[in-house]
Amino acid sequence: MNEAVSKVEPVVEKAPSLPPKAPARVHREMDERLRELFSSIGAPLISFAVFLLVWSQVAAHVKVNFGSIPGPVAVWQQTEVLWNTHWAERKKETAFYQELAKRRANFLAKNPGQTFPDIKYSGPPTYFDQICTSLETVFTGFLIGSLIAVPVGIICGLSRGFFNAVNPFIQIFKPVSPLAWLPIVMIMVSALYNPPHPWFEKAFLSSAITVAMCSLWPTLINTALGVASIDKDYLNVARVLKLGWWKQVWKIVLPASLPYIFTGLRLSLGVGWMVLIAAEMLAQNPGLGKFIWDMFQNGSSDTLAQIMVAVFTIGFIGFVLDRLMLVLQRLVTYDAKAI
Amino acid sequence: MGFLTLQNVSKGYGANGGRTEVLRDINLDVERGEFVAIVGFSGAGKTTLISLIAGLIKPDSGSLTLNNSEITEPGPDRGVVFQNYSLLPWLSVFENILLAVESVNPNWPAEKKKQHVEKYIAMVSLTPARDKKPRELSGGMRQRVSVARALAMDPQILLLDEPLSALDALTRATLQDEISRIWLEDKKTVVLITNDPDEGIYLADRIIPLSAGPGATLGPAIAIDIPRPRDRKELNHIPRFKEIRRQVIEFMLHCKSSQSTAISRKLVLPDIEPEDLAIPRAALGGRTKPIRRSEIKHVEVDA
Repeated sequence: MNEAVSKVEPVVEKAPSLPPKAPARVHREMDERLRELFSSIGAPLISFAVFLLVWSQVAAHVKVNFGSIPGPVAVWQQTEVLWNTHWAERKKETAFYQELAKRRANFLAKNPGQTFPDIKYSGPPTYFDQICTSLETVFTGFLIGSLIAVPVGIICGLSRGFFNAVNPFIQIFKPVSPLAWLPIVMIMVSALYNPPHPWFEKAFLSSAITVAMCSLWPTLINTALGVASIDKDYLNVARVLKLGWWKQVWKIVLPASLPYIFTGLRLSLGVGWMVLIAAEMLAQNPGLGKFIWDMFQNGSSDTLAQIMVAVFTIGFIGFVLDRLMLVLQRLVTYDAKAI
Repeated sequence: MGFLTLQNVSKGYGANGGRTEVLRDINLDVERGEFVAIVGFSGAGKTTLISLIAGLIKPDSGSLTLNNSEITEPGPDRGVVFQNYSLLPWLSVFENILLAVESVNPNWPAEKKKQHVEKYIAMVSLTPARDKKPRELSGGMRQRVSVARALAMDPQILLLDEPLSALDALTRATLQDEISRIWLEDKKTVVLITNDPDEGIYLADRIIPLSAGPGATLGPAIAIDIPRPRDRKELNHIPRFKEIRRQVIEFMLHCKSSQSTAISRKLVLPDIEPEDLAIPRAALGGRTKPIRRSEIKHVEVDA
């Protein structure tokens, strides 16, 4: 046994002749780059494909009272429908105004000196009009919120006492859902906002104010934090230079805390966009929220597909808004390392 | 009475119980146009001293006067060059200095302010970097901006708080020459705080060692009677330089050693020892309460 084993020649594998080093390294680098390319482009593509597959399977099998859940194809078709409706509506609108102009000319030719009544086109708002309304509303609310949050945040950061006074309110009101604010806001608006020639719709104003009330907290807290954590050296510079209060805030405090403020603003805009949809549903502001609510009330397979279009639109716009804020942040702040 | 006078100034930090005195009985007289260097160990309270003179903090006791008026708050009559430059990172070199000039001379016409700022940028030889942001500059360049900013305020006294300690040796030497040149040009009163005796002796008219903290105080002042302009290379061979240096270092080392060996409080350890679980109870006489360490030595324990 032992002998037999000892007789067996050990198999020495001849080392394969290595290819020249440089090409091997190039090869490996190419490999690495390909792998990187795959994981940065290929992986999301694959996950997207899997998502579509799962979605269409689920859609085909889930039965609801008006048929089945719309799959990706149906949603894409409804996107086209919404797009075509928009342009058809635009065409109608221009035709209406052309006709109106013609009639006005005729009327004035027959009855000189009289006034022709000013008539507005009263077709339904299209999906893209509703997107614009939503964007206007969210930016109005965001602007109102920021105009309150940044100054209050700065004072909070500068004065410990003021912060202690305001902090309980921040803690209590921050977690309040927009749905709780909205009825109060709507009642207040309809009681207090009754000008003879209103600039804004009441529903628009209510939605915007609700967005403001819900979205100002991240900006407020971040601004307060940013101001409170300003490098002491900068404040010493201000003291040595004897800058006045306004100049100190404007020249030192504000620029020094801009990175924090913008982080807050980014969060706020995200929250505001999320809150807006709920606010519009309840306040009946003619934006994406109302669109979803109306489509839900219609309750057909097509309108369910249109709701899904709206979901994707909301997500995409939210993403674009966030990127926009990031670009703005990089432009304005001195520290370009923000992620 | 001098131009800048400190009388029996003391300063400590912390609440009453855990209070540490940083500076004790500081007495200092600086004449107008004099360059005084204060040398001390890191942590001795040098920055506290400069902050007191700058008015950024108030003394616990004693008085500080500049030009016969009490120092109660910071002001542009005392230009401070901070250890870590303290430039505003969102402003360019020009804007950083302009901010200082504007706060001191708000009524100057814009053109005059601009020329004034540019004069001081040129003085520290930074004209090519006029519109750069601080983060684009090296440490030495940043400190030059800081010096230019302090000088552009045209202060009565210039306070330099370890301005060169964060720089490499070569940049440090260059900036020392620059500070020396600028001082010879307009003979401002300067208080330089440093941890490098050589730097102090090279630059100053008078060098004062600060003893080690806590409770640091100023040692005897030594006049540096070496004629100016001083040559860095030859300085090392001048016997007077060696003598001053020896005196400064000796004072600092002496107070350091006398401080560090003095133990303020002796810790008394409790005379108990935990019972070892491996030792049978019987071996300890069946006792269940902790026994004193002094007693356990007499107990025989079988391994």
